Amino acid sequence: MTPLLALVSQPVDEAVEALPRVDVAWSAIAPVLILVGGGLLLLVVGSLARREPLHGSYALATTVIAGGATATAVGLWDRVQDEARGPFSTLADSYGVDGFSTFATVVICAGVILGALSLDGWLRRERMETAEPYVLMLLSASGGVIMASANDLIVMFLGLEILSLAVYVMAAMHLRRSTSQEAGIKYLVLGAFSSAFFLYGIALVYGGTGSTNLVRIAELFATSVLSNNGLVLAGLALLLVGFGFKVALVPFHSWSPDVYQGAPSPSVVWMASGVKVAGFVGLIRVFHLGFSSFALDWQPLIYALAAITVLVGAVLAVVQTDVKRMMAYSSISHAGFILVAVQAATDEGVQAALFYLAAYTFMVGGTFAVIALVGRTGDIRHSLSDYRGLSKDRPVLALALVVFLLAQAGVPLTSGFFGKFYVISAAVDAGSTWLAVFAMVSTVISAFLYLRIIVAMYMETDADGDDAREVRRFPIPFTAGLGVAFAVAVTLVAGIFPSVLADPAGDATPVLVAELPAEAPEAASP
Amino acid sequence: MSASLFAAETSYAVASSPLTAIIVLPFIGALTVACIPRARAELHRLVALLFSVGTGAITIWLLAAFETGEAGYQFEVERNWIADFGISWHVGIDGISLFLVVMSGLLFPLAMIAVTPHHDQKPYYAWLLLLQGACIGVFCALDLFVFFVMFELVLVPMYFLIGGWGYAERVYAALKFFIFTMLGSAFMLVGIVSLAFLHRDGERDSNVERVAEVQAEGDAQIDEIIGGAQDLDPNDPADAGQIADLSAQIDAITADIDARIAELENPKLDFDLVAIAEAQHVTDDSTSGNPLDWSAARWIFLAFAIAFAVKVPLFPLHTWLPDAHTQAPTAGSVILAAVLLKLGTYGFIRFGLYLFPEATVWFAPGMVTLGVIGIIYGAIVAAMQKDLKRLVAYSSVAHLGFIVLGTFALTTQGIQGSVLQMVNHGISTGALFLLVGMIYERRHTREIAALKGLQKPAPIFAAVFTVVMMSSIGLPGLNGFAGEFLILVGSFLTRRWWTVAAAAGVILAALYLLWAYQRVFHGEPDEDNADFAEMSWREGAILAPLLGLIVFLGVYPKPVLERMEPSVSALVSHIEDHSDFVEPGVAAGDDATSDAASDATSDADDASDDAGSADDDAHEEGH
Repeated sequence: MTPLLALVSQPVDEAVEALPRVDVAWSAIAPVLILVGGGLLLLVVGSLARREPLHGSYALATTVIAGGATATAVGLWDRVQDEARGPFSTLADSYGVDGFSTFATVVICAGVILGALSLDGWLRRERMETAEPYVLMLLSASGGVIMASANDLIVMFLGLEILSLAVYVMAAMHLRRSTSQEAGIKYLVLGAFSSAFFLYGIALVYGGTGSTNLVRIAELFATSVLSNNGLVLAGLALLLVGFGFKVALVPFHSWSPDVYQGAPSPSVVWMASGVKVAGFVGLIRVFHLGFSSFALDWQPLIYALAAITVLVGAVLAVVQTDVKRMMAYSSISHAGFILVAVQAATDEGVQAALFYLAAYTFMVGGTFAVIALVGRTGDIRHSLSDYRGLSKDRPVLALALVVFLLAQAGVPLTSGFFGKFYVISAAVDAGSTWLAVFAMVSTVISAFLYLRIIVAMYMETDADGDDAREVRRFPIPFTAGLGVAFAVAVTLVAGIFPSVLADPAGDATPVLVAELPAEAPEAASP
Repeated sequence: MSASLFAAETSYAVASSPLTAIIVLPFIGALTVACIPRARAELHRLVALLFSVGTGAITIWLLAAFETGEAGYQFEVERNWIADFGISWHVGIDGISLFLVVMSGLLFPLAMIAVTPHHDQKPYYAWLLLLQGACIGVFCALDLFVFFVMFELVLVPMYFLIGGWGYAERVYAALKFFIFTMLGSAFMLVGIVSLAFLHRDGERDSNVERVAEVQAEGDAQIDEIIGGAQDLDPNDPADAGQIADLSAQIDAITADIDARIAELENPKLDFDLVAIAEAQHVTDDSTSGNPLDWSAARWIFLAFAIAFAVKVPLFPLHTWLPDAHTQAPTAGSVILAAVLLKLGTYGFIRFGLYLFPEATVWFAPGMVTLGVIGIIYGAIVAAMQKDLKRLVAYSSVAHLGFIVLGTFALTTQGIQGSVLQMVNHGISTGALFLLVGMIYERRHTREIAALKGLQKPAPIFAAVFTVVMMSSIGLPGLNGFAGEFLILVGSFLTRRWWTVAAAAGVILAALYLLWAYQRVFHGEPDEDNADFAEMSWREGAILAPLLGLIVFLGVYPKPVLERMEPSVSALVSHIEDHSDFVEPGVAAGDDATSDAASDATSDADDASDDAGSADDDAHEEGH
């Protein structure tokens, strides 16, 4: 308990001094406020409403709330991109607003919208239409936004917990399926475990540096060299374990296939997109930004993790027969790919990782949205054989899934290809050519798995008559169709004109800025 | 490079180039077909043909508009695509790619007309159109990134064509095709990216001198201004205006110089093929056989070579080919053999030889050996086949071995022969696959043992088959001979013993094809084969243009050769300039079969083994 007490006491001391003169820049935390406030409002309205709400009204409300958060984030983006004003920090330097955090906020909100559109039809189909899943997702997203902006490890931890707790419930929310409960418990236990690692890491870093604030830590390392940095290194390793659990890096991945398989598919839309984005931006913020002077220490670790994650994810994905498990392993492989960009430890690497994350949100979110539809009532039809003949039953949906799968395989004219291209470029530029080769070869292995699904949809059409087909035809709710169409559009547009995403990602450099930006906007950037 | 700079300035003026049109038109066609509702099935074929024939017509117009005797790229277009990475939509064709483009423009409509799919017309035509656009895109691309995108894009439609409309083992064949090719391109992507970065670094190093020059130039200008201002009195108010004016000029010059130096010191990333190939920053002059001693160029060449070798396919990466060819629908086999395999051999010429002359010379013996193994192995395995389509597929392995042999002989004749043979193989093997497809349509089997005496009921069919087969064997007077002869002549100059072995392959080709012909067409037809239908007018009309080309190119290949000759010799002298390779026999004149040429062979062998013997100052030659 002692380190924890020390932790708690320190910010309080600082805050006591700082409070009188520090204003809270409300505009800076507007996205979080909108997400939390909107979520709570939705919860209240949902529990007070006497009548059944109009179809899709919760999804619409969630979309509007996420859209509002996006709009404020875009406003902040314009502010931080403005040469004269630049990035800034608020709340006693614990919350930073820069291009990186605003970009991540927009991507996370996009994940919320995809998740909400997928939830709508699904909840109606499962006769569970309530506001809570949406509320949980919005709260979870607020945690993600906090992680993207956290300049303090304690704030990062708060964000991580807010993000995770809501997702544990989302994983377990399918009451009638025991696998969903199992997924929830598994996620909770392992998630709590990883949080403990994370917290212990913070404690060690605090012990080593005397601060939990990334700005202070970066300042400290910029001006002084620790004679004994063992504590900091151990802390960093534990932080990496905590993040590794959250974004499912090998060897901390074992929860993810089980949870993805058991959890309700629309929850997985959010888990695979928003949660992973939040985990990665948190990781980049801590390692690339706060501990950039330790890059030589953590780069080899991340190099090894990246290599093993791309490979193990791809190989294990190939041998699955359950589509949700397949996609779980394939998203592990994607996480490895993003890590390849992170280990470059350059601005290009961050740009590549952000592009990949943005592209990934749409292609994987879209994939799970389709999976949620194909799962049909009960959310149980997820074996590969359930995809047989999908091209005949639902040709447009099958084609959309083909786009997502080819994008994940990295076929040109999709955003996934450019994601891979930028990552490879960043890695090669940083001198990790062999890691790039390794990652590309792993991509070929995982291409096999995407093709297996395509084969099932297009090439294993059994000779059933039209009657059988009519029986198999499942309805596609309008909202779900809209979400899938949205994801397809982004995947293709970013695949033909990658600048749409790559330019903002390139401008979204993360910086650590001490407070009082008006006088010295770039004073403390490392 | 000057060519690309010029293109960049005029890019918007020629935005509507014919090359962009022939790449984009099929894509638009594919979209259009995809948008036509399923109920209007009759429109699918019509619209698809319209777009495909339209594209083909433009390629034929290109043939007419192409300026003979020019070595450089024609119809060039360059437009920014992804500016940050120096990626641009840079397309253009020269004598080497022209005929491959025309062949693609010609064969796609023919394949579409020839075969109607038994089900799902709409996606079938959409995929074929997409494939056409991507294939033409590969042949036109002058930007490494655009090339890779097109090269990779080819996979998807072909995968769906094999998997969706193929025969019994189609799923396995399609998967194998996709995975093999993708594995190759995975290496190539890393190679391309590394090459672009290394080129940038090289550019930075080579700019060091330019920086000093620019600095000196600026200093001289400033000195001149100061010298001219000596008689001005700074205290005289009358001169104050002039002094202010002059100091503003000096500031402007300084700013300009600084900007230029900054640009020179931080060159942008560039994926332009011509710029990278002409600059030759990425080279490798180590003489060590130990891969760990190599610098980047050889590794990157290998990365490219794996991608192309899978596509060609070179022994031992060929195993996907018989499966894919046999299981693909007829149109798919035709396109696969005629166009897709050429992506690999064309890639070797355009991206292997041109980008890495030094590495090419280093790896040439190995590549030639693999080519010759392919010739002999393909022929022997083809002779053993029981399935007619598989036999033709393995014959492709042998033919493509010839093309690789000619390419890596690195002589003008050899490369010319290779390019000619690419076109010839496309025509002959395309026609052979069409014929085998027609046999299958009639008999629903391709097994050689089940076919017998077809000559009796279908003499015209047999005659057409004979002509096509003879062209594939390389009978003088038909197109196959012209190409094979040039390859053998060209490779004899530098690789005598390999050529001897390859020539044996010609005999083996005669063996397996004639034997197959004998078993299928000769003898008395049994019950099943007695009512084998004669060739219909429609089938004849489809094959007629191919037969015409077979005879025309065999008798008079000059129009083709004279258009590609300048580009090929420019390529060979590019290799000579940037490596210690010396092309033998050129000084002795074009009569390459003379004794002088064979004398030169041994000299050339010595020269290519002896590092640095001919590394003279002849680096001025541009492309």
